[in-house]
Amino acid sequence: MKPFLAVFATTTLVHLSAVDVAIVAFYFALVLAIGWYLKGRAHTGEDFFMAGREMTAWVAGLSFLSANLGALELMGWAGSAYQYGILATHWYWIGAIPAMLFLALVMMPFYYISKTHSVPGYLRLRFGEDSRVLSAVCFAFMTLLMSGVNMFAMAKVMQIVLGWNLNFSIWVSSLTVAIYVALGGLRSAIFNEVLQFFLIWAGALMIPVLGLYEAGGWGHLKVQITERFSAQYIHLWAGLGHFSANPMGINWVGIVFGLGAVISMGYWTTDFLVVQRILAAKDLRSAEMAPIIGAAFKMLVPIIVILPGLLGLAVLPERLTGEAQAVVTGGHSYNDVLPLMLARYCGPGLLGLGVTALIAGFMSGMAGNVSAFTTVWTYDIYRPLINKGASDSHYVSMGRWTTVIGVLISVGTAYLVMQFASIMDYVQALFSFFIAPLFGTVLLGMLWKRASKAGGFWGLLSGTLCSVSMWTWVKVDPTALRYVALSPDAKGLAQDMYQALWSFLVCVIVTIVVSVLTKPRADSELSGLVYGLTEVPAVGEVAFYHKPLFWAGLVTVVFFALNIIFW
Amino acid sequence: MISIWLFIGFALLVNGALILAAGIYQVVNPPANPQVVLFNLHANLWWGAVLFVLGLFYCIHFRPSRTK
Repeated sequence: MKPFLAVFATTTLVHLSAVDVAIVAFYFALVLAIGWYLKGRAHTGEDFFMAGREMTAWVAGLSFLSANLGALELMGWAGSAYQYGILATHWYWIGAIPAMLFLALVMMPFYYISKTHSVPGYLRLRFGEDSRVLSAVCFAFMTLLMSGVNMFAMAKVMQIVLGWNLNFSIWVSSLTVAIYVALGGLRSAIFNEVLQFFLIWAGALMIPVLGLYEAGGWGHLKVQITERFSAQYIHLWAGLGHFSANPMGINWVGIVFGLGAVISMGYWTTDFLVVQRILAAKDLRSAEMAPIIGAAFKMLVPIIVILPGLLGLAVLPERLTGEAQAVVTGGHSYNDVLPLMLARYCGPGLLGLGVTALIAGFMSGMAGNVSAFTTVWTYDIYRPLINKGASDSHYVSMGRWTTVIGVLISVGTAYLVMQFASIMDYVQALFSFFIAPLFGTVLLGMLWKRASKAGGFWGLLSGTLCSVSMWTWVKVDPTALRYVALSPDAKGLAQDMYQALWSFLVCVIVTIVVSVLTKPRADSELSGLVYGLTEVPAVGEVAFYHKPLFWAGLVTVVFFALNIIFW
Repeated sequence: MISIWLFIGFALLVNGALILAAGIYQVVNPPANPQVVLFNLHANLWWGAVLFVLGLFYCIHFRPSRTK
């Protein structure tokens, strides 16, 4: 079949045929149709912002995972797998599974029983208005900036891969998201995220299947990677004894404590973008099961993300390089590995579905950002600070307008990044500043009844400032990384891990010290918010296979087995 | 309300049909110089069929008259 959209570009990685374009167009039509269909079911605040709190565990769980499964996530981590080997899998296993199970079994009862609309909303109930406002403003600001940065990055990817015009990609995708979220609210975002989850798998699964066939199976793949690169690329843990013994320049302390215990805990348990999906569950059992279902599927995501990167190491004739070197040599960078593999195996039809998977990934991530921003803005900033006593319909109307305005601000950010590329690095770094300390604050708030209002606020503020200070220090003097990560052999990713670890510890220590020195809240005020003062409704007399604890145990066993198998 | 799984079934059904049709077209009119590796496996043919059947099952199983 003749390339249909090749006219848009001179050199692109792939060319779409007519059937590929039809598949992409069908996707856009379907998500808009879902938004249109659901617009009649978003009349009240609970409908629009919380999807009526009637999602089943499966829908909430897949949406929870899909909101995180953005296109940049897919392409970025496939590129990381090519650059660092199987070590990149840590971000899907130890960097996600324990945190998701912790959210399900420990934290979700407090979020759910308190009936909060958001994570900042929980902070208000537990630590008062100051902590809520600090958290809400940081979250709202960063969510929009991140959304804009991702939008620009995605448009850039579409330009490189398909030759699409930047403006075309930005406006078509962002307006589509704005329309379906503004029409149907969170329910529409969740429905589309579940659809996008299926399309991502359907579109991306052919790469590992055909790639493994070409490589001759997993055993042969490992041999080829070892011969062409190094055995360090195929071990999860064996090379983590020292910073210099693996391609990532990190050690097991950074992975286990920085990534597993702080960063992933912070992201999966306190980032409202993902937690909002679980809060929409229809009952507590569904809210507990949803992250467990998400965790089970998260363990499988390396098949469509990491494996293509590893296959690229074995089967691609050319050596991919870093972005800067690729620009100089005219070759391809690590981040191109997924589109290159897509072009290698996927003919007409499959290619369209693969491109749809990338677009679906981007749109699910953006819809997640926009719906979370809308809720936090309306409930945690607009209602308490600007217009307290308005009607429910007024807040729904505000939510719809905020969706459109939020998308427009994101588009503005995307154009700003287009003019000043360095903003991208700053925005991505800024987002990481808040996650680790916020986890410390929420964790102490849920598990330690002595934590006081002042302790929560000052802990959150000092942890955030600590993170900002360390980042600035390394930015000004790159050799300072040896002090932050405690090793002269540490590389960039180690900075993120250790920065998160220190800021979490500072947050926890300051919260404890200030709490001990200030007046605690009465136990009666903390009912439903803190461990020991909250009666969690029992699941009841149900078969063992209906209990979240059973499924969490099963996921844990598989998690350990996978880590041992790929040690 | 229409089940979310019906939308997913419809998406898989239509995508499966389009990919299957492209696969059949390529079997009937094989290109002189295939652009993809492992063209001989005709992945779009069988993967399109898998998606089509899966989508059809979802559409039937979650049709509105059955889920009401």
